[in-house]
Amino acid sequence: MTEALFIGFAAMLVASSLLVILHRNPVASALFLVLAFCSLAGIYLLFHAEFIGMVQIIVYAGAIMVLFLFVIMYLNLQRDEEGGVHIALRRGLGWVAGTVVLAEGVFMLARRWAPGPLTPEVPGEAAGNTQQLGMLLFSRYLFPFEVTSLVLLVAIIGVVVIAKGRSTAGSGTRPAPGEDG
Amino acid sequence: MNVLPTPVLLAVDWWALGAVLALSAGILLLLLLEFFPAQARSNRSAIVALLTLAAAGWSVFHVRDAKREIFGGMFVHDGFTVFFTLLFCAAGALAVLLSWDYVKRTRINQAEYYALLLSATAGMIIMAASNDLITIFLGLELMSLALYVLVGFQRHHLESNEAALKYFLLGAFASGFLLYGIALLYGATGTTGLGQMAAVMIDSPMLGNPLFLLGGLLLIIGFGFKVSAVPFHMWTPDAYEGAPTSITAFMSVGAKAAGFAALLRVLMRAMGDVQADWIPILSGLAILTMTVGNITALLQNNLKRMLAYSSIAHAGYVLIAVVAGGRDGAASALFYLAIYAVMNLGAFGVLTLLGREREERVLISDLAGLGFRHPALGIALTLFMISLGGIPPTAGFMAKVYVFSAALNAGLVPLVIIGVLNSVVAIFYYLRVTVALYMEEPQGEPVYVSWATPGVIALIASVVLTLWWGIQANGLLAAAQRSVLGLL
Amino acid sequence: MREYLPVLMFLAVAIAFAAGTIGLSSIIVPRRSNARKMSAYECGVEPVGNARARFSVKFYLVAVLFILFDIEAVFLYPWAVTFRQLGLVGLIEMMVFIVILLIGYLYLLKKRALEWD
Repeated sequence: MTEALFIGFAAMLVASSLLVILHRNPVASALFLVLAFCSLAGIYLLFHAEFIGMVQIIVYAGAIMVLFLFVIMYLNLQRDEEGGVHIALRRGLGWVAGTVVLAEGVFMLARRWAPGPLTPEVPGEAAGNTQQLGMLLFSRYLFPFEVTSLVLLVAIIGVVVIAKGRSTAGSGTRPAPGEDG
Repeated sequence: MNVLPTPVLLAVDWWALGAVLALSAGILLLLLLEFFPAQARSNRSAIVALLTLAAAGWSVFHVRDAKREIFGGMFVHDGFTVFFTLLFCAAGALAVLLSWDYVKRTRINQAEYYALLLSATAGMIIMAASNDLITIFLGLELMSLALYVLVGFQRHHLESNEAALKYFLLGAFASGFLLYGIALLYGATGTTGLGQMAAVMIDSPMLGNPLFLLGGLLLIIGFGFKVSAVPFHMWTPDAYEGAPTSITAFMSVGAKAAGFAALLRVLMRAMGDVQADWIPILSGLAILTMTVGNITALLQNNLKRMLAYSSIAHAGYVLIAVVAGGRDGAASALFYLAIYAVMNLGAFGVLTLLGREREERVLISDLAGLGFRHPALGIALTLFMISLGGIPPTAGFMAKVYVFSAALNAGLVPLVIIGVLNSVVAIFYYLRVTVALYMEEPQGEPVYVSWATPGVIALIASVVLTLWWGIQANGLLAAAQRSVLGLL
Repeated sequence: MREYLPVLMFLAVAIAFAAGTIGLSSIIVPRRSNARKMSAYECGVEPVGNARARFSVKFYLVAVLFILFDIEAVFLYPWAVTFRQLGLVGLIEMMVFIVILLIGYLYLLKKRALEWD
């Protein structure tokens, strides 16, 4: 049962990932990326990593993809019509990077480069390792957790500064260039 | 379910965490104060920022001799942390003084500006104090995110936008490299803690493990971006040129020191026994960084760009100290970074005074005749240039002497020879500034100097320290040597 | 595996519903098309140009803020499921996190970043 589900999710992941890079319409690519994220979430679930699976759907498929789509809409990309040396070079680089990562994965499995985590906590087989994750997050990893809130705060300030500009002077926002559409 | 430790409100030594706590409180206070509108020319935000930095520095100085590992070793309070925290707080305070009038003149939004400056400082402190790759990464992101925005703060300024975009894109790439390196190191050793990593390596040597080597290499690339080592320096001149000058001053000093702090801690705590692997890589980086930085600096007409390439070259000298390693090498790196901070903040500080309102007068030709019209400013800039060039009796000379002698003791003769040759090349472009100050006739309208008391105070402090450490450097050197003891 | 059975069933029902309604309507729909039927309806107008008009950059601000607070919300889950074990300490830890972001939120309100203009 688990194997069958894994194969199903993995096949869906590979197929949708390929469609992300092969489809010529950027909006369709973005939607296939949503599908890829969802299949990945399914695989995480099979590994009993419920929290990561949920984050994958809520944050990646939910929030980040919305941003992607807004950017695509904002830039008003129609079709991938670029050609010439530039795109060939980028494609080449993509192939090289992909091959390297693939080779790394193969070697890692075949030669046992990675011994696995040192920490004794093995994810619980029973459902509910979100609980274990919570206990760790609020004890051992408390400091990084609190620093995360500072990072998010800086991002909030940064967004306001960059997108809102000098609205504090009471003058209201100026229209950004190209905001005519 | 496994038995897990129930969290206690961790027996935390709050003093040791004082600097980060004070900075966080300062950031929040600055944001909350926005609810009480101030006048456009009010100094409120700058004063809050200055007091916050003073409190942060004081709180860490208060427990300078204590050694604590809090949050299970994620945040370490030791001599190294104290040294860098004080360095970042001092650099931040000087930057606030230099910004004081500059941000008002260029109509920058004050509260956000100072809040981000404090966030960047907090990120730097976390980077220097982390004993775990996760916290190092979070500190780096906290610092970088704040700096990306600060670089692009002048939103209606085309160069500022371009600078921020380049810095952000390449910086995001660098963060990706760093994160991937961390993942590989975790894969190879099973831990992200630097101490545990060292312990793992005693049991099973990592010398031949490609995963470990690749992880270390990616980590070096990530930090290389932050300290602007060649060939990861492409963003530096554009970002430095487009950023508000006060921010250029701060990031050229703070981000570089933070990158080196994290690099030193990772190399010395976790990778001690694969030293043979990283020495050739870092030596190559050092040679490239010095040479490319110095030779390109010769060709610049814009002072901000010239100082950007000069800062690249200085990263190369610090890399020599890192390669030398051991107690002497690390101590001389700290020593160099402290002195570099003072003289570079001073040099950029002079630039913040030039020009009125929003105009920027940072070409070398703008300096023509400035030395006679404003003798004090001319002398200060000359002093900083001499010090950056490493000519006695200035602090810059002492810094180079200690770095090169540490490298000689470690048997790195070729590196030292290349370093000395580079210092000779560097003198040419530093002297070009002096020549412009005193021996050229101004063309067009002479540059206007916007005098401001806080900026002058910062410049006086920089001048005094540059001279003092040039004559009497033993105190600083001893402090640097004490600080690295915890790493070995 | 057993505890995921509801998730799987839910997934199957969702897929079946989507595929079923689309499939069924495409089977039973009568197709008698003529020119009048294909034209714009009484109260409509003929579409001009591309439907993909350029979005305002304001959406971008909203989207980024959505991500930031979404990430904040994600951290609430592990806290919620361990709330009893963590007790007061956990509450304080989480409150520090939330208050920092709450101040960020207040700042957003003050800067009118959440208003459409």
